[in-house]
Amino acid sequence: MMTQAASQDQSVIMRTEGVGKTFGRFVALKDITAEFRHGAITSIIGPNGAGKSTYFNLLSGAFAPSTGKVLFEGRDVTGLAQHKFAHLGIAKSFQITNVFPLLTTHENIRVSLQALVSRFDIFRPRTRLHELDDEAEALLERVGLAGHRHRLAGSLAHGEQRALEVGMALASHPRLLLLDEPTAGMSPEETRTMMDLIVRLAQERTVILVEHKMKLVMGISDRLLVLHHGELLAEGTPDDIRRNDTVKRVYLGQREH
Amino acid sequence: MATDLAFEANRQPSPMLEWATRHRVALASLFLLVFPLVMPFKALAVMILIYGLYALGFNLLFGYLGLLSFGHSALFGAGAYLCGIAIVHFGWPWYLAIGLGLVAGMVVALVIGALAIRTRGIYFAMVTMALSQCVYYLFYQAVDLTGGENGLRGVNLKFVNIFGFQVDFLDPLSRYYIICSFVIAALWVLSRILASPFGAVIEAVRENEARARASGYDVMLVRLLTFVLSGAFCGLAGALLALHLSTVPIETMHYETSGLAVMMCLLGGMGTFFGPFIGAAVFLLLENLVSVWTSHWQLFVGLAFMVCVLFFPRGIWGTVMERMKA
Repeated sequence: MMTQAASQDQSVIMRTEGVGKTFGRFVALKDITAEFRHGAITSIIGPNGAGKSTYFNLLSGAFAPSTGKVLFEGRDVTGLAQHKFAHLGIAKSFQITNVFPLLTTHENIRVSLQALVSRFDIFRPRTRLHELDDEAEALLERVGLAGHRHRLAGSLAHGEQRALEVGMALASHPRLLLLDEPTAGMSPEETRTMMDLIVRLAQERTVILVEHKMKLVMGISDRLLVLHHGELLAEGTPDDIRRNDTVKRVYLGQREH
Repeated sequence: MATDLAFEANRQPSPMLEWATRHRVALASLFLLVFPLVMPFKALAVMILIYGLYALGFNLLFGYLGLLSFGHSALFGAGAYLCGIAIVHFGWPWYLAIGLGLVAGMVVALVIGALAIRTRGIYFAMVTMALSQCVYYLFYQAVDLTGGENGLRGVNLKFVNIFGFQVDFLDPLSRYYIICSFVIAALWVLSRILASPFGAVIEAVRENEARARASGYDVMLVRLLTFVLSGAFCGLAGALLALHLSTVPIETMHYETSGLAVMMCLLGGMGTFFGPFIGAAVFLLLENLVSVWTSHWQLFVGLAFMVCVLFFPRGIWGTVMERMKA
């Protein structure tokens, strides 16, 4: 894998080559070629129905593209089963909060950590994997949930659940972290906490973010992709995007949320 | 379920309960040792053991993984028939016959599972039921081997040889303890499975499939493996039934037997360790005690079931556990 990656442009962690997605006769996404730089925060933005989530799902392996290819570190991952993405080093959080509601927060993270170590061991006690307990504890602290280890995930506040989800995504030690609207439905304070967390996490890994609220990501993103009607409208630094007339027309012209 | 979360917001377990949970198999074994002595008839105690084990195996899939199967009679029945056939037609020793029954449960589970795991909810229930009916007719038609409509007769086992000791299998109490030792072993294995890393994966898949997949678990494989494990317990229960009854009635494989597992699980408490066993005990006790004075025993079982579903949705054992945690 490394040698394959070495032959590619090292600065690119993920690439999509002409990917498109159709649902029946509906074209959700067409022909998107884009690169995501290693170590950067790249945000995918666009108005409602632009195809952001569809694109996110192609990047994270939730479903395969109808056309085109997805490459991760130079390796073709198009159509690879979802569960294999975590093992490659790609983790994601969902747009709609997705935790294990009837498990404790600690167990939520612990079971996510366990995915890399032990999946089909049916006879030894799980308490033997005690290094996972400590690691889970550390991750809980990392995402600001240290005091909630015995609480059931389903009983956490919305913002806490989202933070827990980020912790679960981090459990696979991802080199690439994909976040689908991580601040959806959050209060302003929760949003600020989450944004701070994302910036901190991005110091050690590549982050790709899907966001509806453009203002939110302008400050923290290194690069932006703007989608509109399932097509790539523009790409560049926040300044490039701010200056882009087409983007202004289709996106900034709308009322900000 | 979400409404119950508030009550369980903080679940720091009490040391007593934790200790009891850790030694649950030992505690259950102690109970099972004295159990036949307090029962009105030993044969009923044996039936409770066997159906308890069957419901336990079913609960692994239903309560822990969250898949409602209506085809478990095929696993139970296959275990019973194969154990019986090995003894009646091939003269196998009893312990190998039990082993064959267990494997038969796993094989049937593998086949049904491989075809059904891609569906969910009511579709999964329907597919498993349809497939179990296929297995039913297969055994129904194979008259030479299975006795067809009359069931398989003559699974006679008079003595069992345990480490050189001849034990009278016709004596109700020794029969109980022999079958009990298998059930305790099964309880122990099940407890280990649930406490294992894979046990954590089973619950994670039940709680949130998409999240489990994103975390790196192959959900389909987890489901199939759990189905097969469930088949092992149900197959073993079936094999023990064949030995206990000395016959395998065709009804063992009927879909009503699948419904029985669902009912026992709900009665006792799905997703709890002992719930299905308690459910089986309550069901069989009601059936046996009430049928002594009225032939309409099903009316009373039905009433008990309705009371349970309406007022104790977590089942008998589930409610007890909840009270103890609070």
